[in-house]
Amino acid sequence: MYKKAALIATFASLSLSSAAFADEQADPNVNARHAYMSLLAYNLGVLGGMAQAQMPYDSDMAATAAANLHALSQVDTTRMWAEGTDNFSLDGTRALPAIWENPDDFVARFAALTTASEAMAAAAGTDLASLQGAVGALGASCGGCHRAYREPE
Amino acid sequence: MRRLIGLALGLGAAGAAAFWLLTRPADLPGDTLARLQTHTGDATNGEAVFWAAGCASCHAAPGLDMASPTGDRLRLGGGHAFVTPFGTFRAPNVSMHPTEGIGAWTLEQFAQAVMAGVSPQGAHYYPAFPYTTYARARPEDIADLWAFWQGLPAVDTPSQPHDIGFPFSVRRGLGLWKLLNFDPAFVAPPSDDPQLARGRYLVEALGHCAECHTPRDITGGLDRSQWLAGAANPAGDGRIPALPPQGWSAGNIAAYLQSGFTPEFDVVGGSMADVIANMSRIAPEDRDAIAGYLLAFRSSPNR
Repeated sequence: MYKKAALIATFASLSLSSAAFADEQADPNVNARHAYMSLLAYNLGVLGGMAQAQMPYDSDMAATAAANLHALSQVDTTRMWAEGTDNFSLDGTRALPAIWENPDDFVARFAALTTASEAMAAAAGTDLASLQGAVGALGASCGGCHRAYREPE
Repeated sequence: MRRLIGLALGLGAAGAAAFWLLTRPADLPGDTLARLQTHTGDATNGEAVFWAAGCASCHAAPGLDMASPTGDRLRLGGGHAFVTPFGTFRAPNVSMHPTEGIGAWTLEQFAQAVMAGVSPQGAHYYPAFPYTTYARARPEDIADLWAFWQGLPAVDTPSQPHDIGFPFSVRRGLGLWKLLNFDPAFVAPPSDDPQLARGRYLVEALGHCAECHTPRDITGGLDRSQWLAGAANPAGDGRIPALPPQGWSAGNIAAYLQSGFTPEFDVVGGSMADVIANMSRIAPEDRDAIAGYLLAFRSSPNR
């Protein structure tokens, strides 16, 4: 049941974000990246919202969001990061050329999301304190790439 | 002809003398010195000042991220490079190492560096070091900061030289820059509300938000008429957004400073990630105070 709801939400969010970005630029790799990041933010929003007490803690909802994040972290996104899709080559992306200059570091920082989301998947359904204990590392795993590889705005 | 040459030489000498006088590195004011010297340093408050002032953003080793342990942020060996239109600045070693760092400095030398931008040898520092912000700090806070500094580790990484082209390579010329741009007056009006007053102090005297979020004029000075209105990235591509971001509440700002999560659960990046690493280590009331101060700019256009 939760899996189905998550899938529906996932595809709804995917089509929404695609529509939102379609006007700005047309590169399919960049579109896919934005859609992928939207899915991450969509699920992170559940966990972050509970951690910040913006919404009540719900162990099933939290566990689902964490499982989704962990599943998303294991999607092979290699093709989305095609050569020539940095912010100097294309409009509508903030991906810095440094990604393609340091591919090993980029992949390693991306892999941090797998580790952090695995820890979150183990914690999120337990209780709010466990979720709060894991959310900092999860955010930091996102920030690890954004810090080095994303243009400010 | 000889009279003309003489006149030119005379004018040249007068100009050089004027330049020399105008660009003299200034000492700290007497009352600042007195307040430093009569205050007993409190390392606990000094640590709070350390995080609020963001010292580690530039002076800790490059390559740390939000997950890095606090101990790594206290190793102030420097090395961060800042590529700007004036050249590349490299943050020096300011650890407690007696020769590679600043371990042999006195409190007065430390305060003169931080609040006046003048080295113990009497040379101007480049304003990539935000002493123009720290000049507004309470001398007692700087003394506390120095007390905290005494417990930080010595790191033996040598400082790397800046890579600055002429004429900016002439440090004495920074005296002219200071005459134009060094204004230690606060920007926002004082407030009787303790939270707004605290926020003003945190943003304008320690946090140096304006160094990136306020546009600069052609001389590299901050345009105070467009305070926190957003600016070109001073060290790289892209734009630094206006503060506060459109539509953010005080709670949104405080949560962002604590976690790096935007209201849409995007996650902080760029050099702001280092700022969040500092801001997540200050008191929750201080994050609320910063949020309160920033919201006072809500009525400005586009934010």
